[in-house]
Amino acid sequence: MVATLEQVFRDQWGRVLAALIGFLGDFDLAEEAAQEAFAIAAERWPQDGVPANPGAWLVATARNRAINRIRRDRTLAAKTRLLEVPQAAEDTMDATAFPDERLELIFTCCHPALATEAQVALTLRTLGGLTTGEIARAFLVPEPTMAQRLVRAKRKIKAARIPFRVPPEHLLPDRLDAVLAVVYLIFNQGYGGRGDLAAEALWLGRALAELLPDQPEVHGLLALMLLLDARRAARFRDGELVLLADQDHSLLDTAEIAQGREALDRALALRGRGPYVVQAAIASLHADQPRDWPQIAVLYGELSRLTGSPVVELNRAVAIAEAQGPQAGLEIVDRLSLQDYHYLHATRGELLRRLGRTQEAREAYRRALTLVHDPAERRLLQRRLAEHPPSR
Amino acid sequence: MQYVLLIYHGTSLTTPRPEEERKRIYAEWAEVNKTPGLTGGLPMGLPENATTVRVEDGKTLTTDGPFVEIKEAVGGYAVLEADDLDAAIELAARIPTARLGGAVEIRPSETYW
Repeated sequence: MVATLEQVFRDQWGRVLAALIGFLGDFDLAEEAAQEAFAIAAERWPQDGVPANPGAWLVATARNRAINRIRRDRTLAAKTRLLEVPQAAEDTMDATAFPDERLELIFTCCHPALATEAQVALTLRTLGGLTTGEIARAFLVPEPTMAQRLVRAKRKIKAARIPFRVPPEHLLPDRLDAVLAVVYLIFNQGYGGRGDLAAEALWLGRALAELLPDQPEVHGLLALMLLLDARRAARFRDGELVLLADQDHSLLDTAEIAQGREALDRALALRGRGPYVVQAAIASLHADQPRDWPQIAVLYGELSRLTGSPVVELNRAVAIAEAQGPQAGLEIVDRLSLQDYHYLHATRGELLRRLGRTQEAREAYRRALTLVHDPAERRLLQRRLAEHPPSR
Repeated sequence: MQYVLLIYHGTSLTTPRPEEERKRIYAEWAEVNKTPGLTGGLPMGLPENATTVRVEDGKTLTTDGPFVEIKEAVGGYAVLEADDLDAAIELAARIPTARLGGAVEIRPSETYW
């Protein structure tokens, strides 16, 4: 029973909160009302049973609470400016359907007038239902800092009147990019080892795919996250990072790969050719054994044209090295101006090592070591150095 | 909802431009100024000619120049009545200064009393 309740809460929080914000026009008021409604549910449902439409029940209960509070406050403070609260709200509440305003909510949370870190925090808090403490821990900041971040973001939404709506057609592409970037950022925060955030991002990705079924990049992002998540178990061995080439294929989550490919197919059927779709296509090829390196290199070339990113070029170099040999890869790497990027030097080291140029390889690994932060990646570089002692 | 738009010139005024382009920019400004709900402020002179006043212990202290660095000084302002921030952003993006090396800051107006 408890597990079911938690599941219901988990599934309903975002929808219930979104509907309340849409109705009340105020994040804080909506959040308080939602919390009250969930608390009442936690008390009653175990005895009375879960209502047929738990979401509608929660929204109706929360709405009534909020309306009562507004009336009370109004009487107490005798405010001159009247809030337009529909009088009949209690009885007209349709128990079978309430508007799904999660899209409005996510576009508001990811509005470019908010700092990216605030967008991320607000999305996790409102749609994901994570507590401030949980978000703070995931991003390694003190809880008061995170609380402050959320308060400021909500205050700005209200003060600057950031609209609660799905952006009109001419703004949609840019705004959708911002939303997808936030979801992918959440995913990557989880991909570094904190699994629960990756699950959160997948959940958001699925919700977006359901809400915006015609947008190929939405399916592309979902596909990408599923295909990357499928190699979670293979990425680490005894806490040590395992390079893509050395990962144990039998550890890949085949069900998740199938889901990822399904999402990718949908994106391609919608003629998606955006950066997330292409990255998902690459991730899909990486799940095959043996890998089709020439095709992977072609897709990295496409991604490179789309993004103009030297980091993508670096990845293309790796694929070219696999397809045509380390020398061809090295030629691309040496054209890149990414001198402060540790992967550049780690890749150079790897390619030089394969070419038998051990001294130069060691220099590259050492250069990478001075730039790397992640402990697992540091240990990997140190292992490489130890495996290839300086020649005499 | 009222917004105050603060215009920062950045490098937009110091960049030399051919006569043709300057005319086009003025024409753009004229278009922007026709926007319903937009009330332009008085044209502001150069920050070099600003005088900054403080009062400490009842004594009026004046210093030459703007409160912030000359480069960072506000260069103009306008008031916009708009539905929401998105509408204000769209208008701000049409102000030529925004793409010519300057910037427009949107501040929601607030009632304090």
